[in-house]
Amino acid sequence: MTDALHAEWTKLRTVAGTWWLVAGAVALTVTASAGIAASTHVSPGGGGQDPTKLCLIGVDLGQAVVAVLAVLAVTEEYGTGMIRVTLAATPRRAVMLGAKAVNLAGLVLATGAPAVAGCLIAGRLLLPAAGLDPAHGYALVSIAHGPTLRAACGSILYLGLIALLSLGIATVVRDTAVSTGVVLGLLYLPPLLAQLVSGPWRRHLQQIAPMTAGLAIQATRNIRSLPVSPWAGLGTLALWAAGMLLIGLAVVKARDA
Amino acid sequence: MSVLVQTSRAAGFRAALWAEWTKFRTVRGWMIGLVFAGLMVVLFTFLQANGKHTGYCTTPNPSSCVAGHQYVPTGPGGEAVADTYELVAKRLTGDGTITARITSLAGRIWAGPANEAPSPANTQPGLTSWAKAGLLVTPSTKQGSAYAAVMATGGHGVRFQYDYTHDQAGLPGSISGSAPRWLRMTRTGDTITGYDSRDGTNWHTVGSAHLANLPTTVYVGLLATSPTTSQGLATRATASFDHIAIGPLTDRAAQPPLGSWHGVSIGTGPREAYTTLGNGGYRRAGDAMVVMGSGDIAPAVASVGGDTASDSLLFGLVVALIVLIVIGTIFITSEYRRGLIRTTFAATPDRGRVLAAKAVVIGGVGFVVGAIASAAAIPLGEHAMNANGNYIFPADPLTIARVIIGSGALVALTAVAVLGIGTILRRSAGAILVGVVVFVLPTFTGPRILGPTSSSSAATWLYRATPAAGFSMLGLLPRSGLVSYPYTMSNGYYPLPPWAGLLVLVAYAAVAMFVARAVLQRRDA
Repeated sequence: MTDALHAEWTKLRTVAGTWWLVAGAVALTVTASAGIAASTHVSPGGGGQDPTKLCLIGVDLGQAVVAVLAVLAVTEEYGTGMIRVTLAATPRRAVMLGAKAVNLAGLVLATGAPAVAGCLIAGRLLLPAAGLDPAHGYALVSIAHGPTLRAACGSILYLGLIALLSLGIATVVRDTAVSTGVVLGLLYLPPLLAQLVSGPWRRHLQQIAPMTAGLAIQATRNIRSLPVSPWAGLGTLALWAAGMLLIGLAVVKARDA
Repeated sequence: MSVLVQTSRAAGFRAALWAEWTKFRTVRGWMIGLVFAGLMVVLFTFLQANGKHTGYCTTPNPSSCVAGHQYVPTGPGGEAVADTYELVAKRLTGDGTITARITSLAGRIWAGPANEAPSPANTQPGLTSWAKAGLLVTPSTKQGSAYAAVMATGGHGVRFQYDYTHDQAGLPGSISGSAPRWLRMTRTGDTITGYDSRDGTNWHTVGSAHLANLPTTVYVGLLATSPTTSQGLATRATASFDHIAIGPLTDRAAQPPLGSWHGVSIGTGPREAYTTLGNGGYRRAGDAMVVMGSGDIAPAVASVGGDTASDSLLFGLVVALIVLIVIGTIFITSEYRRGLIRTTFAATPDRGRVLAAKAVVIGGVGFVVGAIASAAAIPLGEHAMNANGNYIFPADPLTIARVIIGSGALVALTAVAVLGIGTILRRSAGAILVGVVVFVLPTFTGPRILGPTSSSSAATWLYRATPAAGFSMLGLLPRSGLVSYPYTMSNGYYPLPPWAGLLVLVAYAAVAMFVARAVLQRRDA
């Protein structure tokens, strides 16, 4: 297992694209958060805002880069034929996939931490100008605040789980373009659909869709009115990730490389 | 010689086009993807339309609530209109004229909470700019009838308006005891002419209208009405008239005598969609009259509540966009991956021509998929929304055609732009990532920003400056210069006119293609 881990880490680390994507994920997340925080203007009396959730909105975008990073970790091997070498060296499919998952999750968690920290700093600096300041009944965004700490750590875990989910899908699909399309579609379409349908369907969709359920972890206000509670939501995403990895494993075991 | 070169250039492009089309149509996965994209548009349009239900209550009592939509009249031009006003009229047979002097126009505005039914009990003084009082000719007191009117308004001076959408300006300024306005209207055959005057002696023509098939006997009288403010608050206007004179144009004994004055409150039924401030009414003393009314005679806008035929199309199109982004990317990146690009360039050494041929193929395919899918989805969605009791603003076939062409163009331009990005990056993952982030997420993020925070300026800019502007082609909500209403993103109005929005998307596609062409010609395959 250690050898497999080391091999996968070497592959991940030495592909030039990896570090561009890591940098891109951090930059996109922080820029999007800062941009939206800067362009927000809450009118007096526009209550019920969630400053923490608002300043973590960049994760919505940054996850796309993380997903691509995870997809490439598998599909590039299929694209170049490297997968045959990999499987010759590590014949046990579970070990190979497990090593990939561990490395990827570690890298993404390490990427998520500065990204989320950047979002929080941007929020703390920019949101008071938007009318979300103590004078209007909103505390400054602070990691010392329990729910905010949960939202921040949860967002990092969220990115890790998105990477595992994408890894699972890519293992099944094998093609870069189609995997990327499927992952991004799975992430972004259900929330859009949820805004358009009405009644209990909206709630059910938000409870089971990986993105809306997982991002419940970012809420710090009105938690009772959420379709799914923060940790249950992240748990739903974890089930998605575990399920897709298991399907990926079954498929890799069943077919030729 | 130049003719020869041109012919061979055209033939060369046709050959390249044929080659690219062959490459495209022989990949079974892509064809399946296209069919899938089209089906998704139709399926999601239906699902979304089917999830929309409308109901309304006529009193605060929940038992008075029923499914269905409130009544929005349709004007002579087939457009949705507001037609709610107080009319005090006589029946005039044959040609005739009516004159009156308006000496005051005052108003009240609902001062209670916005979610309560407005009543005259709680108001503050104020006159909306499109409060109207004056003279009106109409063949019928049914809502949506043809009419012509010359009126004093709260803030737009004297106006001659007919059939809801036509408007001509007369004397400017507001009405007061020291600055009254004389108004006159004549009917000659099918032609109605409106005049105004400061003193009752010097008359100017404000405008005239030809009302087709006007019956011999029409209603001629005084009207007052006052629309909701741009904040949506109901209002009421009270106008004082004197020197009222009405009669046949010439002394012709053949014309029957005029009947007596009678007041009609138009548009006060329980299903009336327009929000009014209490009932209208009138008081008469000799040749003077005070008329009080609430409502509007103007085109209907989103304030009456209603959907458009394209409202449920958006989500399905986003799905189609994602599929076309994936296919548009692979269309070029797979050639690089497999080395086929070297064969392609050996066969067609002019790289610009290869790129153009690919763009025509993927753009054409995208257009056909988007247009066919939306042509099928629009009537289906409209049917589902109708069945659920929703009101759908009428739209003429040309406008619907614009939405269908717009849907096709939206998909086509996005596919072409992503083809350019794929050519620049040569890598599937990066091109799809850029494609989705630039061409899909603005549409997705827009409503998300609109929802939770009260900032609509960010969303407005998304629909102006990002490729999401292309969705302006789906805008069908009616807007009118004769109605003050916030025509904003949060009320469903796209910030750009349809074709201007599409031009933004064209610009994105053009830049992507331009850079792709430059890069393609500079580097090795």
